[in-house]
Amino acid sequence: MSVLIYMSRRIIQSIPVLIAVTLIAFSLIHLVPGDPVRLMLGIRASDEAVAILREQLGLDKPLPQQYIDFVVNAVRLDFGQSLFLRAPINELIAARAKNSLSLLVFSVLVSLLIAVPLALLAAVQRNRPADHLVRLFTTITFAMPAFWTALLLVLIFGLRLRLFPTSGLGRGPAEYLISLTLPSITIGFYLAPVLLRSLRASLIETLSAEFIEAARARGLSEGRVLFKHVLRNSLIAMITVLGVNIGFLISGAVVIENVFSIPGMGSLMVTSIVARDYPVVVALTLVFGVAVIFVNLLVDLSYAILDPRIRL
Amino acid sequence: MNTPDSIPSHISKADWKRLYNRSVSERRWSTYTLWVGVIIVLVTTILSLAAPLSGIDPTEADLTQVLLPPSWEHPFGTDDVGRDIFTRVLYAGRLDLTFGVVTTYISLVIGLVLGALAGYFGGLLDTIVMRAVDLVISFPFIVLILAITAITGPGLLGAYVGVLAVSWALYARLTRGEMLALREKQYIMNAQTLGYSAWRIIFVHSIPNLLRSNLVFSMSDIVLNILTLASLSYLGLGVSPPTPEWGEIVAQGQRSLRTAWWISTLPGLVIVLVGVGFSLIGDGLADRLSEDGGGAS
Repeated sequence: MSVLIYMSRRIIQSIPVLIAVTLIAFSLIHLVPGDPVRLMLGIRASDEAVAILREQLGLDKPLPQQYIDFVVNAVRLDFGQSLFLRAPINELIAARAKNSLSLLVFSVLVSLLIAVPLALLAAVQRNRPADHLVRLFTTITFAMPAFWTALLLVLIFGLRLRLFPTSGLGRGPAEYLISLTLPSITIGFYLAPVLLRSLRASLIETLSAEFIEAARARGLSEGRVLFKHVLRNSLIAMITVLGVNIGFLISGAVVIENVFSIPGMGSLMVTSIVARDYPVVVALTLVFGVAVIFVNLLVDLSYAILDPRIRL
Repeated sequence: MNTPDSIPSHISKADWKRLYNRSVSERRWSTYTLWVGVIIVLVTTILSLAAPLSGIDPTEADLTQVLLPPSWEHPFGTDDVGRDIFTRVLYAGRLDLTFGVVTTYISLVIGLVLGALAGYFGGLLDTIVMRAVDLVISFPFIVLILAITAITGPGLLGAYVGVLAVSWALYARLTRGEMLALREKQYIMNAQTLGYSAWRIIFVHSIPNLLRSNLVFSMSDIVLNILTLASLSYLGLGVSPPTPEWGEIVAQGQRSLRTAWWISTLPGLVIVLVGVGFSLIGDGLADRLSEDGGGAS
């Protein structure tokens, strides 16, 4: 019962943020200096064409009416037409969301694969040479521009060793995964230092907890203590760190999709900005914002299931 | 403080000696890394400032010197229109370092003041500021910045506005949290009892104490902001060619990645070096400015 109360309270809390996100996305097109319709159609467009598009976008209506229409249409997942790509925006986004999502999941796996063992090593070997080496790794990877890491990987594994394709996506399931490998490793290295810092701190805290001492006192092997007791109890910390940094993760993916020409939501956003395809930019801003709110909600709800103490 | 003659009785002399030596060496190590950071940042700044002294034009093409590999004459080689990459990297440093420092410290001031006011007064102001912070922090920052460049159009202005719109929020959250704790401290309550104005308590008595953690955080923020500008330029939405900018140079080099590896890779190394420099300063400051005055002092 308490879980349900906790969940419903948490869901209600996210409503104001949701409204704010719709306001930001909505106001985008109105903040463009000058006439956005003219900018979209170009200087040579006739007054008639401008008037028609303005009516199509609903920009001739009063602002409050426009906002209500925008929200109602967004709930119905109707974002209008892309002028540049000449297709319904919801179809464009749906087609790309799968690629972006696969990339994100793959990247999270890679970054956990890098961050968890190193954080464990650093926490166990605290203030010893191994810990300092991990810290050096964190400092260097934190300063590496993601697009540059990507080019290094392309140079070595794509062009020299010819192990991976350098751009685009493969067709079959195996080729698809192979073509996502270099992008995911890039984002993995981009996200890992951020995860590592928080994970190391939380692991150190867990390692000094009383139940760990108790487990050792009962004569359990150090490996069993680490993998069964420490890591399992750091699961919540891991989920939190991932939840907090979901925006950072998506930011990396937006850039990296462009480096590898992956047809995802990030590359769509950049091409739409360059093409001044404002309805697409508005829709993507909304979708990204809502996605992050949704993930944060899921993270908080997962605590309630993983850790009974939080429900109290 | 920890002189060997004040050893707690349950610790053997040998153990104490070992622990003492380790803490001294750790402190020395953190001083070294701080200075390494300062030197890296100073050297890059000075070289960037001195770039015009070389007399080489960073934007002028020279078709007799195309795609030359690194050599004494061209330490980073030349690009596909014969420009000296090292000179371009130095000129780019002027733009990138300025961007990093200016965006970081303007955001710091905005966040510091808003956070301190929100934390001190609480109430409606606090709610408004913190809701805005939550909103900005929960958005993927690049999406917000891209949305802003969609409004302003590609260019340096959009990058400045975008980064400022995003990065004040973390300082505000950090400062507000510390202000809440500070408000309960004895000396702040004394100041209130003395009838000092809220303005005086916040700006004269609180902000100097709130600066510490903000300054530590600002070092990694400089790195993040420079990386953001470089990413924007790489995507073609920041500084546009032929103006030299680190991300722009890397992007230009991508065309010749197969034949001339040095155009993209070496300028990227400079970004990493500068980033490591600022991070080392941040780590060093964190050790020195921590509440107890640093681990072993």
